[in-house]
Amino acid sequence: MDTFQFELVSPEKLLISEEVEHVVVPGAEGEFGVLAHHAPLLSTLRPGIVKVFKTDGGEPERLFVRGGFADVNPKGLTILADEATPMAEFDVSALDQSIKDAEDDLADVEGDEARRRAQEKLDRLKEFRAVVS
Amino acid sequence: MASLKDLRNRIASVKATQKITKAMQMVAAAKLRRAETAAAAARPYAERMERVLSNLASGMKGSPLAPKLLAGTGEDKRHLLVVVTADRGLCGGFNSSIARLARDHARRLLADGKEVQFLCVGRKGADILRRQFPGKIDDVISLRETKNVGFSNAQAIAERIVDLYGEDKFDVATMFFSKFKSVVSQIPTAQQIVPAEIPEGDEGEDLLKGAVYEYEPSEEEILDELLPRNVAIQLLKALLESAASEQGARMSAMDNATRNAGDMIKRLSLEYNRTRQAQITKELIEIISGAEAL
Repeated sequence: MDTFQFELVSPEKLLISEEVEHVVVPGAEGEFGVLAHHAPLLSTLRPGIVKVFKTDGGEPERLFVRGGFADVNPKGLTILADEATPMAEFDVSALDQSIKDAEDDLADVEGDEARRRAQEKLDRLKEFRAVVS
Repeated sequence: MASLKDLRNRIASVKATQKITKAMQMVAAAKLRRAETAAAAARPYAERMERVLSNLASGMKGSPLAPKLLAGTGEDKRHLLVVVTADRGLCGGFNSSIARLARDHARRLLADGKEVQFLCVGRKGADILRRQFPGKIDDVISLRETKNVGFSNAQAIAERIVDLYGEDKFDVATMFFSKFKSVVSQIPTAQQIVPAEIPEGDEGEDLLKGAVYEYEPSEEEILDELLPRNVAIQLLKALLESAASEQGARMSAMDNATRNAGDMIKRLSLEYNRTRQAQITKELIEIISGAEAL
């Protein structure tokens, strides 16, 4: 099977840069899989897990990302993550903390638009919490 | 003429100073290495971000749908100057050279009849600018408590800037920071961050020219998210470059100080020895002439 160049970068460092066969990305409007020769696509991400299959059908490498962008172009796939942590190092208590922060934010914000955004953020985090546990 | 005791005290005090500057130099060298790695690690993200952004923005430019962060407010009257300096001194001309660049820029704008506001990151720059532009300092953000500058710091500052822009408080934001070139050379740099300056795409873009992107969700929504993030990334880059430059500047300043202290110790020791010998000679002459008199 064909491979393509996959890069995962967070603002603080370049986490992955390698040839892979299949990547599953948590897009804002649903998960999508990327194989070689995928059509150009630019999507925002929601908090979730990126699964990287070096060989299709093999054991995936799982990484947590907290939002960002995925850019699929003829050269490959680039994920610009706000924050990315390999699943093995992931700290669930930190997630619980950020859910709590989001709840506090929701209680504090004023204005419909801001409230809607805060609610959305909280929902995403909760949804993600359900995925990990 | 200074007495022997005075000279001894003087030498001891210069030696103590030299020890401190030497230690500071070594600390700065260690921190510099860390700051340099951090700056290098942040580069890939910024590069890829630029690529994605220039792809997107080239299509949006001129479109009435383009977000304000990209298109600007259509005016050029009120300027926000974001000045990134250090929180600490003792690093040679580091802080003053950035402040000077910002000051010259501000004077030029004022002379053109424009309005100027400052947002200072780092207290040292604010101290200098406050004297020259009283009442124009919007706020001072100190990163003194933060040990390692990270994306979250940059994001917090970027949010402030974007919010101010959203409230229509300024038209153009320019950022002043020190670019790290080498230990002995840091270049004060000005960069416009709002509205976003889109770098011209390089050759690699040709590959994508024909390709039609699909956007999820819509193009505008992605840009809406991407642009504030771009401000944060540019800030992060500036903060990290500035941190590395600060350590570099401190290292060379402290190296100079250590060397100067060394010279001073040499000079003082020479004077001390001369004085001591002169005194011995004087005493001997006194004894001999006393003996002769008998």
